[in-house]
Amino acid sequence: MASAKGNPLATAAVAAALAAGALYAVDWVYDWSDDLIAANERARVVARLNSVLEPGLRGRDLTTTRLAVTDPELLGANEPIDVFVLTDRGAPMATVFATVAPHGYNAEIGLLIGISPIGTVTGVRAVRHRETQGLGDAIETAKSDWMLQFDDKALGAPATELWAIRQDDGELDAISGATVTSRAVVAAVRDTLLYFAQHRDELYARAAEATAAAEANDP
Amino acid sequence: MNPTPDTWREAAAPLWRNNMALGQLVGLCPLLAVTTTLVGGIALGLASAAVVVVASTTMALLKPLLVPAARLPLALLILAALVTGIDFFTEALFYDLHERLGIFMPLIVVNTGLLAHAENVASRRGVAFTFVSALATGLGFLFALAALGALRELLGSGTLLAGAELLGGDADPLLTSPFGGMLVATLPPGAFFGMALLLALRNRLTTIEPMAGAGATREAPR
Repeated sequence: MASAKGNPLATAAVAAALAAGALYAVDWVYDWSDDLIAANERARVVARLNSVLEPGLRGRDLTTTRLAVTDPELLGANEPIDVFVLTDRGAPMATVFATVAPHGYNAEIGLLIGISPIGTVTGVRAVRHRETQGLGDAIETAKSDWMLQFDDKALGAPATELWAIRQDDGELDAISGATVTSRAVVAAVRDTLLYFAQHRDELYARAAEATAAAEANDP
Repeated sequence: MNPTPDTWREAAAPLWRNNMALGQLVGLCPLLAVTTTLVGGIALGLASAAVVVVASTTMALLKPLLVPAARLPLALLILAALVTGIDFFTEALFYDLHERLGIFMPLIVVNTGLLAHAENVASRRGVAFTFVSALATGLGFLFALAALGALRELLGSGTLLAGAELLGGDADPLLTSPFGGMLVATLPPGAFFGMALLLALRNRLTTIEPMAGAGATREAPR
């Protein structure tokens, strides 16, 4: 057996020193990594926003204003979701909703939906999902082109009642073997378009206000 | 305690003969979960290895001062601090990789195999032995993770080392199979199939090995 049995005082001292050291070390790493992690998150959001803009706008230096909006019925979440309004010298160029499709097969599906000022979809991407591998994960553009069918669609085209998958007498394709997933995404895109149609001017006004406030602070 | 070749052989046993995942069958939850790709396996393996080496060696250094009852909580404290630090570090420098590993990075803290090493081996052996043995434990676990990751990625996705850019490597897979993959290998059942194959292979290799176990000059019956 071990020769030394240790003693309680030494143990207490070591424990206190270790706890203080661990606290200090974790705090130091946190301070060091905090800015880097925030930068990573921003880069991720910008890269993802770009993916749902119309090609002509990608990579352009647009002013991005983040708003928080809540609408459990149309936007799928009880909590506020992020809406990004992208403007060029005050003129709205695009709106991107970071919304959720609440009724995915395994869990809610996080979506980015880009909408042009005239209300056409410029792109939809799944940013977070737990759909079945090999079936529902075809919503990833890396796995299939299914998500691209939403490009250039709008509320009138197809008509609102046809914004559903073919199995539900709509006009949109479903993924074979992943009807639930398809239904969830199609409904989320349609509802987001409805929300945008109802709130477009309000969103633009809030974005303009926020931009003006930011410029006043930072001339 | 006089170190003899046998002592060092014992310290190195976790590399293969007493491998944490393949021999003792512990730490299987992260093993099965992150090995859909080779890169995921290597990343978690490196983190685990770094953690167990530092934690076990520290525990061995502190051993003479501690009452036995305090060892486990202090080992946990050290492990938790290390893992939290590595978790922040990965999120800062390898953001996408961090996202892919998800919860299994923080869960290294409660990896039974590593915790047992930091508590048990460190309390019974000297600092040098503990260091070597921890290194062998970590590398052995890394080996198991990499082997299962390579197997499942090759069978499941038909690639090897895809996504290496997440670890700062080349974006192109090392090789891409023209046959594609069998999806089942990347699904949870495939993890168990792959693990079973590895265990069977290991049993085959170790049972025909002489007990001395070094294995360099072994002849396999055909």
